[in-house]
Amino acid sequence: MINISNVGRRYGTFVALEDIDLQIKAGEFFSLLGPSGCGKTTLLRLIGGFDVPSSGSISIDGAPMSGVPANHRPTNMVFQSYAIFPHLNVAENVAFGLNILNLTKAEKQARVDEALSRVRLVGLGSRMGSQLSGGQRQRVALARALVMKPKVLLLDEPLSALDKKLREEMQVELRQLQQDIGITFVLVTHDQYEALAMSDRIAVMFDGKIAQIAKPQEIYQNPTSRRVADFLGGMNFLETANMRLLGENVVADVAGFGTIANKRRGDEMIDPAKATLGIRPERLRIQWEDEKAKNEISGKVLSRHYFGEVTNLVVQVEGQPRPLSVVETNDFGADGIPVGSLVRIAYDEDAFVLMKE
Amino acid sequence: MSTSPARKILWAYVVLYIVILYFPVVLLPIFSFNDSATPTFPLKGFTFKWYEGLIGNETMLKAARNSLIVGSVASVGSTILGICAARAITRYRFRGKSAASGLIMAPLFLPEIIIAISLLVVLLGIGANLSLTTVMLGHLLICLPYSVTVLVSGFEGFDPSLEEAAQDLGAKPLRVLRLVTLPILAPAILSSLLVAFTISLDEFILAFFLSGSEPTLPVYIWGQLRFAAKLPNVLALGSLLIAASLILLTTAEIMRRRAERRLAGR
Amino acid sequence: MRSEATRGWLVISAPLLYALLLLIGPIIVILANSFWTQDYLTIDRTFTLDNYRAALGEPIYRDLLFRSLKVSAIVSVVTVILAYPVAYFISFHGGRAKGLWIFIITVPFWTGYLLRILSWKVILGYKGVLNSALLGLGVISEPLETLLYSLNAVIITLAHSWAAFAILPIYVSLEKLDRTLLEAAADLGQGPIRQFLRVTLPLTLPGVIAALLIVMIPTVGDYVTPKLVGGKDGVMIANAIQVQFGKASNWPLGAALAVTTMIIVSMSAALMVLALQLFRRLMK
Repeated sequence: MINISNVGRRYGTFVALEDIDLQIKAGEFFSLLGPSGCGKTTLLRLIGGFDVPSSGSISIDGAPMSGVPANHRPTNMVFQSYAIFPHLNVAENVAFGLNILNLTKAEKQARVDEALSRVRLVGLGSRMGSQLSGGQRQRVALARALVMKPKVLLLDEPLSALDKKLREEMQVELRQLQQDIGITFVLVTHDQYEALAMSDRIAVMFDGKIAQIAKPQEIYQNPTSRRVADFLGGMNFLETANMRLLGENVVADVAGFGTIANKRRGDEMIDPAKATLGIRPERLRIQWEDEKAKNEISGKVLSRHYFGEVTNLVVQVEGQPRPLSVVETNDFGADGIPVGSLVRIAYDEDAFVLMKE
Repeated sequence: MSTSPARKILWAYVVLYIVILYFPVVLLPIFSFNDSATPTFPLKGFTFKWYEGLIGNETMLKAARNSLIVGSVASVGSTILGICAARAITRYRFRGKSAASGLIMAPLFLPEIIIAISLLVVLLGIGANLSLTTVMLGHLLICLPYSVTVLVSGFEGFDPSLEEAAQDLGAKPLRVLRLVTLPILAPAILSSLLVAFTISLDEFILAFFLSGSEPTLPVYIWGQLRFAAKLPNVLALGSLLIAASLILLTTAEIMRRRAERRLAGR
Repeated sequence: MRSEATRGWLVISAPLLYALLLLIGPIIVILANSFWTQDYLTIDRTFTLDNYRAALGEPIYRDLLFRSLKVSAIVSVVTVILAYPVAYFISFHGGRAKGLWIFIITVPFWTGYLLRILSWKVILGYKGVLNSALLGLGVISEPLETLLYSLNAVIITLAHSWAAFAILPIYVSLEKLDRTLLEAAADLGQGPIRQFLRVTLPLTLPGVIAALLIVMIPTVGDYVTPKLVGGKDGVMIANAIQVQFGKASNWPLGAALAVTTMIIVSMSAALMVLALQLFRRLMK
């Protein structure tokens, strides 16, 4: 569907994007995720035709896009600022692009009505662009783009201007909308939860390069690098010694945990000298008095942080230079564990994450 | 709002300041209706005769027409050039931008007499005849900084994504300009036209040096000041000019605010 | 696609070219003229410093330059001192009507430059508004003669003309002032007067300097005010420049006077900016 091959973008001496290779499939909800300045918005603007690559090429639906301006591309964009025309009302905003097509008045009206009902803005057609709330502006921007029936919808941080509650509602709604229409969505975001909740696949970007492309579960459970792991949720990076390849496994001596064997995925090349082992905080479990698990370590609680549904315990485990973070749900009273007490922590053997670098 | 004694004093000071600020401006219209050949208190009685005296005055009407022509050309010219400058200043980052914009704004910070004589020397040097055209050239130069100021504040609230959104929805560059850029900037543009026109209408020094035998209204008034008997007529004419300026400036301000409100709703 | 810098220069080129051709070009020509000599209608283009010798050496021009500088210095200081409280009031207590206040204050500045000066002539004249009012009230028994046609009349008129203009830069610097700094000062036990002297005033000093300059530079070269209300004692350098380009027809001398004025004004401006920087360094 969208084929990005070997794309680079430089501004003077500044390299915004380097060697981007990416294929986005038809009907896919694809997210570009990364910190600000990683080049994700630049890449989106290259797809939309608002900027041109310094090298490489982009094609959409088999057609090369070089030299094709934004107004001739089968893409439409929801801008970060929403870019609602302040001098037009909602219906005029939505109809803006239709006026260029040869449609009868009735056809146009029907399409505007359909788009407005899709984003649940029926009845607001005559409201001026400058009189809308943030959530309404976002919906108008969406309707205005969708009414053009694009093959690809580009979304530049569309939820970042909304407050938390509305943002979470819109995540569900956007995903539902994409499933209903079935077109390709490309979303730019710096919010990992947003990307995990909505996407079919995610590309994590750092410093103008793609670090990893994978499905949400895959990218969360098996990040290929420390940076990706760190950007998506918490990760306890473990001190290891003597990491080595042993048949299908990567084996390491982990201080406090003993010798841990991790199965290699597929035919992946692992350099034991560069690889890191880690474990997600929620994969560590506090053991209550009568519980006994196969794999246990013990440590001392250094501090306790309450987050409502969960509690984060910072625990010093013998042998590990850095304290580990343990996230425990509050159903069994993790929020009541005293600081300074000794706890036993259980883990599963398959909970370890092996990062190539 | 709490009103401490200090704030009351400050408030009284500001009111007094504004009264004194407006006093000379209000004085002219008062005397222009006064039935006396000299502007002195006490007032003698109400009359329209100084205004009536202006009606058949061909030279004055000619000067008014000249002012109108110069003001129109200068305001349109300075607004067009101002749009270019304001767009470059608000949209692009480039080395030397502050130097370039500083140069364009320079007439604001130079004694007018120096601008006037240097233009005069060059124009005479290249053999140009002093006329309304030379006044227009000069007025365009000094109106430009005001236009740029008004337009920059208009452009600053203008989200660049609006133009990109229009293009994204299929509009070609000219259509983007017609349907999005111009309508949104219209109030700022109108405001720049009005402000520049007022500046030109009011300007004396450049017009005095560059107008040759075709006076604008301020130059005409200057000429009339030699005749004490003409003073009441001058006051009447001046009052009309001030009224015109006030109306133009108020309209410009309303336009500017409307633009601001419209763009603020983002 | 061209680079951002190229496009920026392209867009700004038209207004920039205009300013170069009609402002910088002519000023360079004036500069060249100031090194030439004029004999009736012909200009001798051999380099000479005679015009500057005359401009700085002859008592009449020296006095005029000095007087113009003095007048503009007094006018700018008076204007700024009187304007500061107004800018302060609008910025701190203007509420939602700030824009309206600024508009009301600046409107007189935009209207009737010539007419406002004329108005002062009417006010200060021998049989003028002030005298007739004072006579009517019995404060004086015969009209004061020293009101009009004096240096004071020039100073009053100029200070009034530029009052509104001085408010703008001060107002802008007050608006930029982070209000939490004042809260912090109050929190640290400083009273309102100390807050003003130790926080507000130092931080708005750039605005004050800008206001001084924005008034001083144009007033040095004012032509109409001395001509209309200054009389013999109120003549300033602009009047002398005008004479050289008019009746006396000695362009090179006029040019030298203009250039000298510009240089002296720029030097005083630079001095003020330097003083500001020195002050800032001392503050650190």
